[in-house]
Amino acid sequence: MDGRGLLPVGVESPADLVGRLAEVGYLADEGLATAAYLGLRLHRPLFCEGEAGVGKTELAKALASVLDAPLIRLQCYEGIEASQALYDWDFPRQLLHLRTAEAAADFDPTAVEQELWSRRFLIARPLLQALETSPSVLLVDEVDRADDEFEAFLLEVLSDFSVTVPELGTLRAEVPPAVVVTSNRTRDVHDALKRRCYYHWLEHPEFDREVAIVRLRVPEASDRLCAEVTAAAHALRDADLLKPPGIAETVDWAQALTALGAPGLDPGLAAATLGAVVKYREDVERVRSLDVGALLTRAVMGA
Amino acid sequence: MSGRAGDRPAAAARLVSAGAGSGATAGHTTDGVGDPVRVMVGLGRALDSAGLRVGPDRVAEAVRAAVALDPTRRTDLYWAGRLTLCANPDDLPKYDAVFAALTAGDVPRLRPRPQHLVRAVPVTLAIPDAGDSDDDEETEAGADTVLRAAASSVETLRHKDVTTLGAAERARLDQALAALSLPGESRPSRRRRPSPHPGAVDPRRTVRALLRSGGEPVRPRWTRRSVRPRPVVLLVDVSGSMSGYADVLLRFAHAATRRRGVRTEVFTLGTRLTRVTREMAGPDPERAMGAVAAAVPDWSGGTRLGLLLREFLDRWGQRGVARGAVVVIMSDGWERDDPAVLGAQMRRLALLARRVVWCNPRAGRAGFAPLAGGLAAALPYVDDFVSGHSLAALEQLARIVAGVEVRGA
Repeated sequence: MDGRGLLPVGVESPADLVGRLAEVGYLADEGLATAAYLGLRLHRPLFCEGEAGVGKTELAKALASVLDAPLIRLQCYEGIEASQALYDWDFPRQLLHLRTAEAAADFDPTAVEQELWSRRFLIARPLLQALETSPSVLLVDEVDRADDEFEAFLLEVLSDFSVTVPELGTLRAEVPPAVVVTSNRTRDVHDALKRRCYYHWLEHPEFDREVAIVRLRVPEASDRLCAEVTAAAHALRDADLLKPPGIAETVDWAQALTALGAPGLDPGLAAATLGAVVKYREDVERVRSLDVGALLTRAVMGA
Repeated sequence: MSGRAGDRPAAAARLVSAGAGSGATAGHTTDGVGDPVRVMVGLGRALDSAGLRVGPDRVAEAVRAAVALDPTRRTDLYWAGRLTLCANPDDLPKYDAVFAALTAGDVPRLRPRPQHLVRAVPVTLAIPDAGDSDDDEETEAGADTVLRAAASSVETLRHKDVTTLGAAERARLDQALAALSLPGESRPSRRRRPSPHPGAVDPRRTVRALLRSGGEPVRPRWTRRSVRPRPVVLLVDVSGSMSGYADVLLRFAHAATRRRGVRTEVFTLGTRLTRVTREMAGPDPERAMGAVAAAVPDWSGGTRLGLLLREFLDRWGQRGVARGAVVVIMSDGWERDDPAVLGAQMRRLALLARRVVWCNPRAGRAGFAPLAGGLAAALPYVDDFVSGHSLAALEQLARIVAGVEVRGA
């Protein structure tokens, strides 16, 4: 190891990484940047946990841009198996190859057998793809949705960044990919997997950072609109909703209002576009009963 | 790597601790803040005694991270430790406290964490003493023989209300409880398993067989969906009105979490909601009970079932813990607050969960009628209503959760 790992040229500290991430439109705080810095430098996966919409998945995309590497995404779901995550044999092509070989005059069973189980008949699924592509950023999204058998298997791959195919031997990554594992914490992921990773708990960003994020994501929006929408979203987060809005919702809201040509947030427009931030009928009713006007005024005054 | 601080002259200007400023370089300073090895080992020990599982591997990882950063900066040490030694949002307040105490100063935190993540300092309260702790060292095989010998006498206490048992009977009951398990009813999984009977074709195995026979047609191989138990969520009321039963129910919960392959979550309801699933981990019931007692700050307080249920749904249930699960509420349904709140939350729960089972130990008493205000409001959303006051009743509960026995509310 050269001691720098995957760190791009010119990044000497977490603060430098904050700058690089900002250039590609991701505003990270110090903790997250430190985690990413360590992950890149020491080839460790990053385990990001937090509420939906705090930017876990976006981080992987931003890292891919910073490293100028392809993003390889593995979306986890219940029942996901090695053949969907790691590799699979291309059986139809193997059969076809066998038939063609048989038809040839100089049919040599041993040679054909060897060809059949060679790399070219192996379909690389995301994990193997990431090991074979360097550099690359591997996003293992929502690992908490997969079942625990899958975790054990993932642990094996992430521990030494190699995969053993019985028919073929061990495939090892020359340079391990940068790995971001995300979880919404619908269940506890096993400690062994977390122990392999740097664990970072993401929180909703503080007000100024969120305004900056909205401004970056919705450049057409006026400064006033950005600040007011963010303030209102913060007020909604304190309003005891079933699903408090995340950053993604704040951005959606700002986009919706900008599309309507609103210079700022007013109660009428807010009520009309509430669907962009509040996603449950119970929450809509709650926000209505709270008197959107008063909420906004308070939020904007506090901003 | 340890020469890193030297690579950056600017680092010297950023020394946080006065002691580390006396020409010390990373890795060699004896100052409490400056030496990453000392800090991390200290942090690891302190966190270990605070209940976090921190092994030497993690401490080594923390040191490696600190050295890769700037170990002379407090914030870098803070993050190096936090990223490697914590594995759970619940760990963070403990980590912050330990870090602040150890390095004497404020935690470089960005802003105050939301209230609900901050846990009260655990107060150790004695739970009703039950069973001999001599059994601790017993091997599994040993426990088995004891269990068999005790089986016949257990039969007689199966139907006794657990609050009426003597110490010896309680000890036997605890052993019997440890043998129970609580898998949820089964459901088809998305995973497929090989099957000898016709169903969906398994392309992998079929083509493998084809290849083996040189491409000649063979009998297709089949798969079927495998079945898995549904996750189980136990919400155990530990308020004052449940004091006689809480210990037994928690032991039952411990036995339930022991079963492999079943996802079981356990929460206690008192004046506040506490997740005790992690405390339940480990084979020894006595140790688990000790850990739970230390983690639950509100034994024998009053209950605010509706509010706590809402907190459970907001923080856990809605995100996935209750989805498709069998949720068992173990409570007598005495609600201090407005029963309407409980009713509304029960409705939410019923929409998320596969089944809602209410287990009320008081229902086992003669002349019981579900008149407690909270209970009356909750019952319309309950699929099964059972008593759970005795071993036999808990066994019945296990059967209902497993979907073997169905009994209406």
